[in-house]
Amino acid sequence: MNTGYNFAYLDEQTKRMVRRAILKAVAIPGHQVPFGSREMPLPYGWGTGGIQVTASIIGPADVLKVIDQGADDTTNAVSIRRFFARTAGVAPTTHTAEATVIQTRHRIPELPLREDQILVYQVPQPEPLARLEPSRAESRRMHALSDYGLMHVKLYEDITRYGHVSISHDYPVMVNGRYLMAPSPIPAFDNPKMHMMPALQLFGAGREKRLYAVPPYTEVRSLDFDDHPFRATRAPHTCGLCGATDSYLDEVVLDDRGGRLFVCSDTDHCETRREAGGARR
Amino acid sequence: MSDDLSTAMLRTESVDKSFVLHLRNGLSIPVLRHVGLSVHEGECLALTGPSGAGKSTLLRSLYGNYHVDSGRIWVRHEGTLVDIASASPRTIVRVRAGTLGYVSQFLRVVPRVATIDIVAEAARGLAPEAARARAEALLAQLNIPRRLHALPPATFSGGEQQRVNLARGFIGNHPVLLLDEPTASLDGENCDVVIDMILAAKRRNTAIVGIFHDARVRAAVADAIYPVSPLQDAA
Amino acid sequence: MSDDTLLSARGLTLRFGAVPALVDVDAELWPGEVLAVVGESGSGKTSLLNVLSGRCQPQSGVVWYRDPEGRLADVHAMPQPALRALHRSDWGFVHQNPRENLRMGVSAGGNVGERLMARGARHYGSIRAEAIAWLAQVEIDANRVDDLPSTFSGGMLQRLQIARTLVTHPRLVFMDEPTGGLDVSVQARLLDLIRSLVARLGIAAVLVTHDLAVARLLAHRIMVMQRGRVVEAGLTDQVLDDPQHAYTQLLVSSVLQA
Repeated sequence: MNTGYNFAYLDEQTKRMVRRAILKAVAIPGHQVPFGSREMPLPYGWGTGGIQVTASIIGPADVLKVIDQGADDTTNAVSIRRFFARTAGVAPTTHTAEATVIQTRHRIPELPLREDQILVYQVPQPEPLARLEPSRAESRRMHALSDYGLMHVKLYEDITRYGHVSISHDYPVMVNGRYLMAPSPIPAFDNPKMHMMPALQLFGAGREKRLYAVPPYTEVRSLDFDDHPFRATRAPHTCGLCGATDSYLDEVVLDDRGGRLFVCSDTDHCETRREAGGARR
Repeated sequence: MSDDLSTAMLRTESVDKSFVLHLRNGLSIPVLRHVGLSVHEGECLALTGPSGAGKSTLLRSLYGNYHVDSGRIWVRHEGTLVDIASASPRTIVRVRAGTLGYVSQFLRVVPRVATIDIVAEAARGLAPEAARARAEALLAQLNIPRRLHALPPATFSGGEQQRVNLARGFIGNHPVLLLDEPTASLDGENCDVVIDMILAAKRRNTAIVGIFHDARVRAAVADAIYPVSPLQDAA
Repeated sequence: MSDDTLLSARGLTLRFGAVPALVDVDAELWPGEVLAVVGESGSGKTSLLNVLSGRCQPQSGVVWYRDPEGRLADVHAMPQPALRALHRSDWGFVHQNPRENLRMGVSAGGNVGERLMARGARHYGSIRAEAIAWLAQVEIDANRVDDLPSTFSGGMLQRLQIARTLVTHPRLVFMDEPTGGLDVSVQARLLDLIRSLVARLGIAAVLVTHDLAVARLLAHRIMVMQRGRVVEAGLTDQVLDDPQHAYTQLLVSSVLQA
């Protein structure tokens, strides 16, 4: 289909620029690499960073899955998928196992990923120290000197005030034992999936103009204290549709009388389980 | 060197000192000239002379509190002789800590620190509880009642403050002790206490140089006299 | 530089435009001793502190520091990370205004524990226990460990800053008018606290103050500065009681007696 746009919307030079930045990011796991983020036909805050990363790496033979909070069918996911259908004509899919590139907003798929897959995260705020250190120059210095005491102070304060770390999403991690990284607002429950993942993980922040990466099989550790170890928490319920007890759940309000249903946030995971007779579990 | 000098704990050689008042166009006031004295273990040397002659100046110079223009002030510190007149500040700090003690005429302390703590802190080589016990004993000996021990001395009478000062000076058991008018503000009874303390120190082989305005006290403790005479003012 | 000097500076010169802040200044500091640098405004005493601590680069001159292994390092030739690490471990800096060195939105315990966490401490219980121990050392009650500094008085803030600085057992602490901003009634206790901590922990300190009484109380040695030059230096009580230089005599005679 000839839309008058270059393949995947961005011109080739821009894609090269992004790929160069990605190479740098892969070479320094967890380190934020500035890149020349372009004007995209979506406003900031709608995944422009993720889209630029996907656009730069996708090829005609790729199979693309796009999810938003784990679901393939929300407005955001649908729009982005349609964007790539129009500008790149790549085959879309909702099945994690079939995809070669998965762009995600705020979740990691339940199904473990493979070496031939790439996971692209949409990131609102790439700087893990943003809320603790107002000076950007100072946070850059802290990264350069591996001076992360302040982040531990925040965890310390949480434990002091609440008895446990209160961070539920975008829980800070140490990548490759060197850089402190913001994994994007995925639930803390998903953090362990990043550790030694066979797939390449790329993170794009369009508004902040930074991208970063976690190469395959990289050590990713959630920050914690020896006597308050990190725990991946989920709602203590079963999926009302497929019966899963170990997936991350969304709470769905059914009526205005307090009726609720807990369902798997990852729609493909839930569907796949149901098709395989998930009630077994 | 004679036998005399080999046991001297403190000895001066030809010490000269003038005060140069730069704020008065460099007016020079000579105070000490060719001072040569010595004091041995267990001996008390009294500096005598009229008021303003320079006794206090000499005593302060011995302590290193005043600078001297020439001459030597030898102090036997841990077996070797140290010249206070030319020693580095660090050395003087060490000699004061280990050998040379000084009781000034007036008590000068950090405000709002309790009397017992002021005294106990000056004890050397004692654990905190032992230092406190010793401080209490000394204060008792000097007739400072227990109820005052926990109070800072700022509101005490002149005599009481001087007695706290004395307790602080004597608790350290320094081998050489310099006393500037130790009984100046004290009544008869307390003068006797101080005499006892000085005699006890002498029995412990402390070498003492002191200024005693009270002839009775001087007669009771001094073994030798060094007269300090006033010099003429420079024009 | 003699065998046991901790910090040694030679020929320090610094100008701000036409204004001489430091003119050929030498300084030395030994372990466990306190050096006071006194002078009026414009004397260069704060510039000296900043140059000695590596916060400000001199135009000429050198500052040597001897690390715990006995190796000499040129403070101004050190790479930034090394200097920063030094400031967080072996060195401390007490500011006149404690708010400059505290995180006001973090609990007292968090403030004291931060340097420990920056050095890799990862046991919450131990960090908190050590913070409480240090708060006790600076006479802050243990039950304030979880309180925010915004609830503390000026004197308590300064004591908290001191605890935060001492927690890594620095061998050398730079102090810039540590009691300067405090009410007079609070200064005395704080001075006594500083004095006993420094003596007990064997800390060496460079203390800048305009207050001769503070210098007399805390310092073994004193340097008197005027317009960027050291005019007199020596044993504290000797320089203050028998000043030789005209300017020192002027300073000493100008002090009001309460």
